[in-house]
Amino acid sequence: MLTPIHVSLESLNLLTLAPMLIAIAGGLTILILDLLNDKLDKSLYVMITILFLFIDLGAILGLNINVRGFFDVILIDGISIISQILIIAGSMLFIPLALTSKRFHEYSYPEFFALFLFMVAGFQFMVTSDNLILIFVGIETASLALYTLIALHNRANSYEAAVKYFTMGALSAAFFAMGSAVIYGLTGSVELYKVAEVMSTRLNETGLMIAIFGSSALLLVAFGFKLSLFPFHTWAPDVYEGASAPLAGYMSVVPKVAALVVSIRIFGMYIDLGIEWVRIVIIALAVITMTLSNIMALVQQDVKRMLAYSSISHAGFIMAALALDTTEGTTSIFFYYTLFMFTNLGAFSMLWISRHKNRRFNEQYDHPYEKFSGFIHIMPVGAVIMALFMLSLAGVPPFSVFWGKIYVMQAAVNSGYIWLAIVMGINSAISAYYYLKLVVYMFLKEPVKDVDTVYYNLSKPLLAIIGLATLATVTAIFYAQPLLSYLYYMISASGY
Amino acid sequence: MDNILSVLVFFPAVAGLLGFVVDQKSIKAYGLTVATIEFLLSLWLWFSFDMGNSGMQFVELVPIIPDMGVSYYLGVDGISLFIVIMSTLMTLLGMASMGETKDIKNMIITLLFLEMTMVGVFVALDAIIFYLFWELSLVPMLYIIGAWGGNLRIYASIKFFLYTFTGSLIMLVGMLFVAYTYHNLTGVWSFAITDWYSIVLPVSYQMWLFAAFFIGFAIKVPMFPFHTWIPYAHGQAPTIGSVILAAVLLKMGTYGFVRFSLPMFPDASVMAITPIAIISIIMIIYTAMIAYAQKDMKQVIAYSSVSHMGIIMLGLFAMNAEGISGSVFQMLSHGIVSGALFMLVGMIYDRRHTKLLSEFGGLTAVMPKFAIIFGIMLMASVGLPLTIGFVGEFLVLLGFYNVSPFMTILAGTSIIVGAIYMLRVMKLAFFGPLNNEENKKLKDLNARETWSLIPLVMIVVWLGVYPKPVLTPIDNSVKSLLTFMDKKAITQEAKDMIRVSKSTKEAK
Repeated sequence: MLTPIHVSLESLNLLTLAPMLIAIAGGLTILILDLLNDKLDKSLYVMITILFLFIDLGAILGLNINVRGFFDVILIDGISIISQILIIAGSMLFIPLALTSKRFHEYSYPEFFALFLFMVAGFQFMVTSDNLILIFVGIETASLALYTLIALHNRANSYEAAVKYFTMGALSAAFFAMGSAVIYGLTGSVELYKVAEVMSTRLNETGLMIAIFGSSALLLVAFGFKLSLFPFHTWAPDVYEGASAPLAGYMSVVPKVAALVVSIRIFGMYIDLGIEWVRIVIIALAVITMTLSNIMALVQQDVKRMLAYSSISHAGFIMAALALDTTEGTTSIFFYYTLFMFTNLGAFSMLWISRHKNRRFNEQYDHPYEKFSGFIHIMPVGAVIMALFMLSLAGVPPFSVFWGKIYVMQAAVNSGYIWLAIVMGINSAISAYYYLKLVVYMFLKEPVKDVDTVYYNLSKPLLAIIGLATLATVTAIFYAQPLLSYLYYMISASGY
Repeated sequence: MDNILSVLVFFPAVAGLLGFVVDQKSIKAYGLTVATIEFLLSLWLWFSFDMGNSGMQFVELVPIIPDMGVSYYLGVDGISLFIVIMSTLMTLLGMASMGETKDIKNMIITLLFLEMTMVGVFVALDAIIFYLFWELSLVPMLYIIGAWGGNLRIYASIKFFLYTFTGSLIMLVGMLFVAYTYHNLTGVWSFAITDWYSIVLPVSYQMWLFAAFFIGFAIKVPMFPFHTWIPYAHGQAPTIGSVILAAVLLKMGTYGFVRFSLPMFPDASVMAITPIAIISIIMIIYTAMIAYAQKDMKQVIAYSSVSHMGIIMLGLFAMNAEGISGSVFQMLSHGIVSGALFMLVGMIYDRRHTKLLSEFGGLTAVMPKFAIIFGIMLMASVGLPLTIGFVGEFLVLLGFYNVSPFMTILAGTSIIVGAIYMLRVMKLAFFGPLNNEENKKLKDLNARETWSLIPLVMIVVWLGVYPKPVLTPIDNSVKSLLTFMDKKAITQEAKDMIRVSKSTKEAK
């Protein structure tokens, strides 16, 4: 005879679910609107999406720190709040990029915006839980929506990218499931805090280490795919190239942040348990990732592919901070990504405004370097802004990414990893070459005369977004301190 | 005006931004006006500077990112004061001497931004702010070389950028480590150089940090064997680029040694005397020999400039007041003399579009003014007494004589070799018969060119005859630097080395 379970509504603490529910409600609203009237313009959907994201942001800011809800599977701690803010901010910057002056296939579908909001909800689930099953659900929701968004960009290599991403994503999901299964087998729980408790008591049992190694290895592979770490990074450049430029910029920030939060929770637990193996492997992967992708970026002929490799390299940079597992290290992850988000999204938007329907400069690529030669003569302001983004990515002070880099390096030195800081420094020097290459093309070469203007896709909303990104890149020195104190406070409050 | 340093740093940048609005035809007048105001401001700084005070003056301190220990911290002492004035002067005169230039608007705006970074580097007292201006200075220079340079300009500009950028990133790690040590000792992050001075580092730390900073600075100086970027940079850069590069940008490296390496790592510096002296002497003699072998007039000047940077390095590591003051003075004289020489080469290049020595000969007949000014600058470069070049070189050699008479004699040969290659240029270009038909039509310097060179000639003679007004404040600051190093040094050898200089001073 089953006894009925009584659940009081207060104990569910439904407010903790509110942000995701708002995003999902937004997606459904858009679908309903489309049902009622299918002649609505994309600008309406863009604005509705932004408004729902705005409410979503309000709901996040209203949350208290360190509360659990919904049968304790939802965990609202400092990390989940700041990462959600980052995710929403990145999404709000991304979505107006749909308002181009030229018409692009995907934005004529309202489903694009609905899927986008579902994806955001998926990311939010990922970061607000320490339950492996809910994390898995979040990852899958977000990824499936993202695959579709990529495929909607109506190009042959977009389909290729989507299928490639889907296959790799499925593989990584399988690894994640297996890793979680091993953890469950070891500890009888999928809640990370319980897992940590049980594991710490069983660490000394003979023969168990192999299983713990196994679980960490499986999970590392899963997140290696998601974070595009070597040797699981090979999908990334093709996918970035196939996706539309803003979506590629978005993918280099928001999904990475979500995956990093989960990695902080999972691998941070392993490192806290004193399993040094995980730390060593993460650092090794991070170093190889940043170095190798930097070297790959050197030989690219397409700016977008170059930026894709550079994004991988930046992800490797950040991954090293994760392995430090100090409050500073964790703060540096979010600090870096906040600053990086503006610059990188700005850089990809600059590619977006120069996107043509057909490839005018090169058979194979949309954005070969030649396209930007003599940009300073064609569009001086555009060239200067693009150069600012490139210098910022290269880590030239006082632009935004420099402060992120220096904070990461400071955290590394502070944990005694001086060699890591030196490797980071050398990598920044290597990366300077390929960013500089674009600057050289823009400023020092003559324009290719026989093709028309490069700034083809420009519109006022795009200008506004690029202006905002530029402002955030240039004035980073002024808001770095408040940002840093806020992040540090939130992260130390939740005990990382 | 207490915040005159901020004004000095940001005035050119603001002017550069506003310059985008100014019309192409009036931009040169605009640039000259701005550069003149900036130069007058720097003179004002000199006149309101307290000569008796050897410490930092006009200090401004505003915390920007306290969590990282970064603050906006500026100040000037006797060592940096004159380098700042020299930077503003050379920018002004370089701009004034500029002839017909394509895209002149971009050039003027770039120069103004470059001026901001140059002044910024020399007045920054916070390591991150220093690093910020240091790195930013690369960008305008990259553009100047890359956009207005010769055939290999893009290669040269990228080589210049990457070389310096790599070195300075290693230096950045060193800076982070010092800040970390400071954090460990005090619990606070700080990048303020004056805070860093207060920590006494163990000798093993000093060695590593000295090496990290050395890489950053040595590439900039450029010291042998890191000098390979400079022949390309000078060879390809337009005249104004070479002038600024030789006169100011190279000084950032030597200034870095005075500001960071010597006071922060006194023991490591003393240990590094011999290796650095050997490198410097190789640099002095080797590049002087290369200079002799050059066929291109500009390359002769470029290599001679590197050779003279060796003298500056040697003096810095003499560890006594004569050597270091002489070095700082030599930085000024090198800036003025090599700047002027590059301007002169640029003027002849504008006329003939060649820099090959074999194309010239007997120019004295057609260009007497040019020949006279060139001759004076050559003599100053060689170090003829009563010119500015003599004072610095003499003091450096005098200072280093206390360390090692033998090496001083070797370094002294540079004056002889210098005289040989410079007189060879003189002979090939100005004397002998005027054979080349094209040279017969050459016009002498016009008013603009003459008047941008005459101030330099006057300075060369004035400071050669009476260097005291400049040397006294430098000497004050250098002496307090040495006292500080002596107090801070841990090892007995270092104390002895630094003390030697004091006893000789007392004996005088």
